[in-house]
Amino acid sequence: MNPDGKANERPGTHVGQPVLRLEDDRLLRGRARFADDVDLRGQLHMRIVRSPVAHGEIRSVDASAAEALPGVALVLRGKDVEELGTVPLEQIGYHEIFPDLEAFGHPLLAVDRVLYVGQPVAAVLAEDPYVAEDAADLVFVDYEPLPVVLDPVEALAPGAPELHPGKGNEGARFERRYGDIDAAFAAAAHRVSLELRMGRHTGMPMETRNIVVDYDRSRDHLSVWGVVHVHDTRRLMAAMLGMPLSSISTRPTDLGGNFGVRGGIFPEYVLAAFAARRIDRPVKWVEDRAEHLVATSHAREQVHRIEGAFDADGRLLGLRDEIWHNKGAFFRQAAPLITDITVGMVCGPYRVPAYDGRIHAVLTNKTPSGAYRAPGRYEATFARERLLDSAAAELGIDPVEIRRRNLLTEDDLPWEPGFEIVFEPVSYNSGDVLAHFEKALPAADLEGMRAEATELRAAGRVVGVGIGVLMDKAGLGLYETAAIEVDPTGRIRVMTGGSSVGQGIETVLAQIVADELTVDPGQIDVIHGDTDLIPDGVGSWSSRSTVIAGGAAINAARRTREKAFRIAAGLLEVAEGDLDLQGGSVVVRGVPDRRLTLAEIAAAWDGWTARLAGDEPGLGGRDVYLEEHMNYPYGVTVVQLEIDRRTGGATLRRFFTSCEAGRAINPLTTAGQVIGAAAQGIGGALFEELAYDEDGQPLATSFIDYLLPTATEVPPIELLVCEDAPTPDNPLRAKGIGEVGLIAVGAAIAAAVDDAVGVPGLVAKLPLSPADLLALVEPVRA
Amino acid sequence: MRAQATDSVTVAMTVNGVSCSRTVSARTTLADFLREELELTGTKLGCEHGVCGACTVLIDGASARSCLTLAAQADGREVTTVEGLSEGRELNRLQASFRDHYGLQCGFCTAGFLVTATELLASGEAVDEARVREVLGGNLCRCTGYETIVAAVLDAADAGQGVRR
Repeated sequence: MNPDGKANERPGTHVGQPVLRLEDDRLLRGRARFADDVDLRGQLHMRIVRSPVAHGEIRSVDASAAEALPGVALVLRGKDVEELGTVPLEQIGYHEIFPDLEAFGHPLLAVDRVLYVGQPVAAVLAEDPYVAEDAADLVFVDYEPLPVVLDPVEALAPGAPELHPGKGNEGARFERRYGDIDAAFAAAAHRVSLELRMGRHTGMPMETRNIVVDYDRSRDHLSVWGVVHVHDTRRLMAAMLGMPLSSISTRPTDLGGNFGVRGGIFPEYVLAAFAARRIDRPVKWVEDRAEHLVATSHAREQVHRIEGAFDADGRLLGLRDEIWHNKGAFFRQAAPLITDITVGMVCGPYRVPAYDGRIHAVLTNKTPSGAYRAPGRYEATFARERLLDSAAAELGIDPVEIRRRNLLTEDDLPWEPGFEIVFEPVSYNSGDVLAHFEKALPAADLEGMRAEATELRAAGRVVGVGIGVLMDKAGLGLYETAAIEVDPTGRIRVMTGGSSVGQGIETVLAQIVADELTVDPGQIDVIHGDTDLIPDGVGSWSSRSTVIAGGAAINAARRTREKAFRIAAGLLEVAEGDLDLQGGSVVVRGVPDRRLTLAEIAAAWDGWTARLAGDEPGLGGRDVYLEEHMNYPYGVTVVQLEIDRRTGGATLRRFFTSCEAGRAINPLTTAGQVIGAAAQGIGGALFEELAYDEDGQPLATSFIDYLLPTATEVPPIELLVCEDAPTPDNPLRAKGIGEVGLIAVGAAIAAAVDDAVGVPGLVAKLPLSPADLLALVEPVRA
Repeated sequence: MRAQATDSVTVAMTVNGVSCSRTVSARTTLADFLREELELTGTKLGCEHGVCGACTVLIDGASARSCLTLAAQADGREVTTVEGLSEGRELNRLQASFRDHYGLQCGFCTAGFLVTATELLASGEAVDEARVREVLGGNLCRCTGYETIVAAVLDAADAGQGVRR
């Protein structure tokens, strides 16, 4: 808002500015409405009975004691919902490549076998959540344990226990190749190969997966609160329940974080909807954190065997990577998308002339995995950057220098290696990663960080500096919807197919529309998540909303403006070409007192007036925006890290991260996205692990075992956001920066540990616990 | 004798300056009492193990995890929740500072941070960045990376809500 409170008189005054968030007032006052804040008259509370064994046959399910408990309305067993089938996978093209894909789909409730600890086995519905939990404890299930397989490499070995009988444990395999890889390795002066392991961790939003479902028997209609990607969820839920799309509506709520992991449709969601319809009452499911830790989508866990061919000067001739991706026991809705992305992003921001990547999507007796912010990129960047560090050591050159020799420059554009990621051809067409790298390193004060680390090491401390370079891909799913309505009161409603997951989409879209319509963002209400108002949309994932939902909003605003001009030309009796839009009013050029506000135009165009003119009533516009390409933001992360010799504790003494944003719509939300992602990257490198024992029992079932970084572990983040390479493909010129902050953190921390200990290539896995760090430091000390 | 789920207790307390009394099942947590009985849903449940801090409220001015506190334990006490922080229709200084510093994204953890910081600022203790980070170390945020929250609290301290070391 302008300090003087006046509306802006010219476009371009809000985009690029640190406009305060429109979401904040309700959130700060405790007035926001999240799913658990929705209570419906007569609602039942659902509680899920989950498998305590990682692999087993179900001998019997005895729910009689639960059913006898006062207040229990219904207990659902596997057989009650078996006919609904498994949660269908997204039809995005993978079914054509892998005809058996649906065999790995997640059942709503286990019928005769369970494949992981946490798998839903029964659902109890009761009048009170406390009673529902009591009753769930009274459902007795008799299991016959079966052998488990937990490691993705072992799961593909002969004789491994098979999770889905007759299907093998490899649910999908992708291969991506270009160039003459054999010639590259034959000609190489240096070959470097590594085996690297990325641990299992996940998004862990502060709000768990909660859902409320209302049922209107008179119309056989369901209303749903709490899901993230509303259109997808509605489509799959309707398919499973055998209902028309129009019989399911989603209602908007605030969402307490997503980070990819809450975006899917989960068995529990369908169970709640099924139960509501079956019992003709509203159903609420509030997941507790212990459940969330074993039953939401996990992520990341991969093994990379990566190999690089380099010439005598350290220039990359070719890369090979064989990857095992631990998908857990079932395929989630979007699988095997993350597997596909991983193998497509191994080469990152480098000029790799030949590549041979192969990835196995492997079923194991762990919780199913899905997308977590920067899926595939955090893992692949860790592997590739480790390889470059090892190659630099072998060649005796600086890790900076080997990157300098291989990073893509403007001269390499367009970089089109000739393969697809998620059915979209890779086409990196704007920017200069090397130039960005040369700008970022001095901004990070790399030399200062290194000099200080050297001094501290000389004084006996264990301090090192590491670098990671990243390339992201943003904006998958190349369309989005928007509609704008101007109310006669002057409020402007923007309805977006994007979703609000806490990232500030209401503010960003309001800024964009405010500039197009020359109004204040405070006049704008952004509506999302309501399928009655927004019939189609794609949602917020893949760092897509600013660019793609923003593009749709711009076009809808321009149509609104065109209609305003058309109506105003008639009302003011001038030609449209004589009109201008200023301060939210259509003005006759050169005659500033001849003007109509957008609100006045909307009011003038009532149903009768519009009818007489043969036009649609009201003022507004809508758009389905089509994007041509994904965009490819890039950046650099530099850290200085110290390891405590006695405890193995790691302290991030300095943390720098940069990105090329094309154009930052709001510097506050941009910084928030990058810094928040960086904190998650720190968690994945040093704190968070969804560990299992050898029987497949999860070891992290509370926040006491699953450590999220706190204010004392996340250091101040030094941030450089560049706008040097606007994207040519979209009207905002922006790149999607929701994930960049995370991608190279694991790589940079691993490199800093190597440097601190003085052994290049030492770190071969993440995360690094204090025990791991002590084990790395101790032999060197001895 | 072990209390039964059906045992009920009558609990009376003052919440955000308003006295209230309800008869609830003995095992009702303070968080559920506030959210379900009083419809004060600004207090959030993030873990129900007392770790994440989202459910933090003040009981007689001292911060407490309302997920691990029984409603009965707050009998006769004064409770303050996030809804009690605003000054009428206006954000208070600390809330406004969170907004100005972009100290929230999804907002689910925010009530807990606001209440924790309120206790710190009201204590009169002189604070610096390290101390703010230490005190906020008991609250989890998954969106912001904490930096903007720390800045918001320090700024509120500078503005007279509390003392800057």
